[in-house]
Amino acid sequence: MTYPLDPALFSDAMKMDPTRAGFGRGLKAAGEANEAVVALCADLTESTQMHLFRDAFPKRFVEMGIAEQNLVTVASGMARAGKIPFTSSYAAFSPGRNWEQIRTTVSLNNMPVKIVGSHAGIFTGKDGATHQMLEDIALMRVLPNMVVIAPGDAIEAEKATKAIAENGLPSYIRLAREKTPVFSLDESPFEIGKAYVLKEGTDVALMGTGTMTYQLLVAAKVLAENGINAEVVHVPTIKPLDEETILASAKKTGRVITAEEAQIAGGFGSAIAELLSDKLPMPVKRFGMQDRFGESGDPKDLFEAFGLTGEQIAASVKEWCETTHQYHQ
Amino acid sequence: MLEHAGSGHSAGPLGMADIFAALYFNILNINPKDPEWADRDIFLLSNGHAIPVQYAAMAESGFFDVEELLTLRQYGSRLQGHPERERLPGLENTSGPLGSGLSQAAGYAYTLQYIDDIKHRFVYVMMGDGELNEGNIWEAAMFAGKNKLSQLIAFVDRNNIQIDGSTEDVMPLEDLKGKWESFGWHVIEIDGHNIESVIDATSQARAISNRPTVIIAHTIPGKGVDFMEYDFKWHGVPPNSDQAKEALEKLRTLDGKITHEGAGV
Repeated sequence: MTYPLDPALFSDAMKMDPTRAGFGRGLKAAGEANEAVVALCADLTESTQMHLFRDAFPKRFVEMGIAEQNLVTVASGMARAGKIPFTSSYAAFSPGRNWEQIRTTVSLNNMPVKIVGSHAGIFTGKDGATHQMLEDIALMRVLPNMVVIAPGDAIEAEKATKAIAENGLPSYIRLAREKTPVFSLDESPFEIGKAYVLKEGTDVALMGTGTMTYQLLVAAKVLAENGINAEVVHVPTIKPLDEETILASAKKTGRVITAEEAQIAGGFGSAIAELLSDKLPMPVKRFGMQDRFGESGDPKDLFEAFGLTGEQIAASVKEWCETTHQYHQ
Repeated sequence: MLEHAGSGHSAGPLGMADIFAALYFNILNINPKDPEWADRDIFLLSNGHAIPVQYAAMAESGFFDVEELLTLRQYGSRLQGHPERERLPGLENTSGPLGSGLSQAAGYAYTLQYIDDIKHRFVYVMMGDGELNEGNIWEAAMFAGKNKLSQLIAFVDRNNIQIDGSTEDVMPLEDLKGKWESFGWHVIEIDGHNIESVIDATSQARAISNRPTVIIAHTIPGKGVDFMEYDFKWHGVPPNSDQAKEALEKLRTLDGKITHEGAGV
């Protein structure tokens, strides 16, 4: 099945919306669909878009104050009492500050607590390095039982939120602060654990998670103008990985690029490299933050400074393809 | 159990034995034959290293056979060195890293009181005193105080020891009663070896309808075994076989001397 992309993609009419807004809408819908859904926030209710749920279901919303350790552990207790708790804060604080509590009382305890990390990645922009959470993918994907999702746009964030409300598992969802391009449509598919081929190609596979997938769509367009037919694979679920789709695309193209708005150590690119190293070893190049922190600035300027725009990725991939042969079994 | 396991914590569990006897044979409204009974009271252990005494109380009250106690800390055992909820029916949480149990208890109590409107169930939680060094505890204390979680009843095992020495040397807790009161809690101080006091304190706590209650239970670490009593060196080690034999002989001299008229389920 061809993945339906928004026809307005790349045009001036392209919609822009932050993934956190999609989360806010998805949480309210999840609350309407299931009375067991409750929400807890650490003094960032509007910022994380939980106010939509709070205003609709005040009895099922709990204000936690600035206390992220208590945020997830109270949620663990509520889950034991039969609820489906969504906890929200900035990713730098949750799971940044309370990782051990998540490990013991949510992951090992196997409670269906949902960790919602907003303001992740360098798209957090002007707040600077302290608030630009880049290590969350690595921290969360090493936890047994944990589902890890980085939605590609606001529409997908809404679908992912509704999906994790019903998956019965500890789950982490990674969100961005700023508006990012909306490439999908309401009818585009989303299922936990599925990756999607957005554009078919034969020369190289560009695999992206979260908001970096849009940059890869841009990169593929630029590469096409340069005679390179790139496949674009969107991987919103970082754990569990859709091994079938990823391996099929890697086998077809023989060269793999990964892109994430996070540290490349231990992150999404590492997950892809681990899979390929186990099952189909081949050349892999990872785009992301290269073992450094971010800094204050306009997100667009930061993306350029760190070489993460679609145009920059295309130039780098073109050069890489010139020196790196396709692997074929 | 501990001698057989070859590792584990001796002093704290012995000091809490009287409280656990009161909990499992009198206070808690639970059904060992139906651990997930929907109308049960909840008991959470926050200081997970004290789990041997809870396993013993669970076995003696019928959750599982007493013989299984000797599998403590062995490979494949349901009785993990620190408690894991999914392994053993009757456990309400997974704990070990300190400081998280009060929050989990508060989350359960909040759900009963404000979301499900269930008033007849109570949530009990046991904390160690050294554990109160953790910031997470005071986040939970503030949250429970703010929300007047009257179905939440916490115990502090006030045995005055932690691994590096006396609690007042390592990181002073006093004025402990004043601390809890200033967070909006009702505080009861008791002799944690007087079973009647333990039972009375929880009755009083259930009757307090506008605040959470903390019961500061003063206990003697290693209680009943003279060479372990008061000595922080016994916090995290098991007895060897000679010590275990001597300890059990000391404890058996108490047989029949600890009574409570009203005790029993």
